[in-house]
Amino acid sequence: MNPSVDVLRRQFGGAVHRALVTCGDTIVYVDVQRLRDILGFLKDTAGEEYDYLVDVTAVEYRDMERPLEVVYELYSLSRHAQLRVKAELDKNADLAVDSVVSLWQGANWLEREVYDMFGITFRDHPDLRRILMWETYAEGHPLRKDFPLRGRFSRAEQVRQALNASPESHYSMEELSVADAYYELPADMRERLLRGKRAEIPDPEAP
Amino acid sequence: MDAKRTVELDLATPGVDHAGEVVRFPVGVTESGASGILAPADKEPDLGGDHMLVNMGPQHPATHGVLRLVVELDGEVVLRVIPHVGYLHTGFEKLGEYRHYNQIVPLTDRMDYLAPMSNNVLLALAAEKLMGIEITERCKVLRVIACEMSRIISHLVWVGTTGVDIGAFTPFLWSFQQRELVYNLQEMWTGARLTTSLTRVGGLMADIPDGFEEGLRDFCKTFPDTLDEVDRMLTHNGIWCGRTQDIGVLSAEEAINYSLSGPMLRASGVSYDVRKDRPYLDYETYDFEIPVGEHGDVYDRYICRMEEIRQSVRILEQALDRLPDGPINVDDPRVVLPPKEAAMSDMEAMIFHFKQVMEGVRAPIGEVYMPIESPKGELGYYFVSDGTAKPVRFRVRPPAFINLSALPKMAEGHLLSDLIAINASMDIVMGEVDR
Repeated sequence: MNPSVDVLRRQFGGAVHRALVTCGDTIVYVDVQRLRDILGFLKDTAGEEYDYLVDVTAVEYRDMERPLEVVYELYSLSRHAQLRVKAELDKNADLAVDSVVSLWQGANWLEREVYDMFGITFRDHPDLRRILMWETYAEGHPLRKDFPLRGRFSRAEQVRQALNASPESHYSMEELSVADAYYELPADMRERLLRGKRAEIPDPEAP
Repeated sequence: MDAKRTVELDLATPGVDHAGEVVRFPVGVTESGASGILAPADKEPDLGGDHMLVNMGPQHPATHGVLRLVVELDGEVVLRVIPHVGYLHTGFEKLGEYRHYNQIVPLTDRMDYLAPMSNNVLLALAAEKLMGIEITERCKVLRVIACEMSRIISHLVWVGTTGVDIGAFTPFLWSFQQRELVYNLQEMWTGARLTTSLTRVGGLMADIPDGFEEGLRDFCKTFPDTLDEVDRMLTHNGIWCGRTQDIGVLSAEEAINYSLSGPMLRASGVSYDVRKDRPYLDYETYDFEIPVGEHGDVYDRYICRMEEIRQSVRILEQALDRLPDGPINVDDPRVVLPPKEAAMSDMEAMIFHFKQVMEGVRAPIGEVYMPIESPKGELGYYFVSDGTAKPVRFRVRPPAFINLSALPKMAEGHLLSDLIAINASMDIVMGEVDR
């Protein structure tokens, strides 16, 4: 077992839940409310120095009763030590975690991907948008277990939406408001941008 | 390396000032409250302060696949880059949850399609670590050969295409010709050039055929000459140096903070290589060096990759020298398919064959994160198992995706033409970025 777990227990007490070792890797479960403090402690404390954020991801189990897990894989470049920090999220509550982008810039896209694929929001993330799926994607979060392998919409419906998409749906709101481009947009698009609203995607369920 | 750092002034690009120093414009919020260049160069004509939004890609030859960049420009200076990815999203992670471990192997071919064999090797390694399987000595050495062949072809594609992006066409032809030789060997071994699907849990899909060893030895002997020619064309070339030196600089702290890996991280002066720091496949017993840059610019990334190719040739030679005889698969009928003749004539073998094909290899409850040093950087597979033959979660830690996230930081304040060089220097492969 990685000695950092004992250090964490001394420092954070009850916020550190169980810890275990599988396949030689140490996993420590922590309280989701203190997650950011604990990761910051692991990064900046002398003797811990987990300066390299290897990966941020999430796990949902086939057992629907089990909570979602957010996984942070840490590595210390100076000490050559590995630690996996996990926080459990109750599926019936708000799926939200504090963002660690202020600690590691590398978490930016990784957290966006977790948001995109699992629907977990990261508080204080500078730019929490979908990343692999397009921004107007309306079928849900693909890596959740209740998401069917073939997607929610039929292929015909997906094609119809793609053909009906207006040019503005290829740009983020932020990009559309940049510079000259804004004044060259059609008047109705500008008007919608001013209201901060996207073009509506037709609801496939509506009659 | 300092001796190489002379830029021919007459050949310098507009991004270089009269003293040969690269000009990087400070970008931020100006006095008028809008974003822009903070201290415009005197010679720049005043364009009225209008910014331009340029959409580059997804069908653009210099984006190495279907990457789309939305670039905000002030004149020719990049103020902001917003990458859009996902055009090649195939849902490999989702698909992996519906497949046996061996059935995931073909998916990994299609991720980093410039180095498929190292992806295959990692999948087998991760599954074996999860199941606690110890592979044979011959299999280990053959997998090292597969990994290093992948590194050579991937870096050859990189140096060729980056040369084309920056304006050097000849090294592209030379490097692709050499890559073809490795592809021939790959085809000889696996029957496929691209979709190799080389490994299986507990071993390999096939042993190397007759003539493979000689072919690889021959390649290791002749290939360095071509590499030296590419080196002579580029390393001291004034245009190449002017286009790459001091472009897209990241300091060591920034590179670590952005979670970069592979040559991107090492060019910034951080000596982290999974082969040395978290050894697998007995890499600690091979004699090779890890090249580390000091400036963290495009040029150092180029130098690092060129040296890595040379080190890969060294590892290949050592691997060929030590290649032991013996079986390639573990002797465990629950994991490795019995030979076809046995399955057709022996009752027991047929049962094992049936159970493996129909039910798959079961993994114990648990989880594993296994990293290797792929040509792009630290590639890691993360499996979570609930005791069935299919993983609950199959996660790929994609080095190219994470390296790409540092692009806005690197390109800010450079010229648009330098954005091409910076983008090329990351060695992204969109199959892996989008997965």
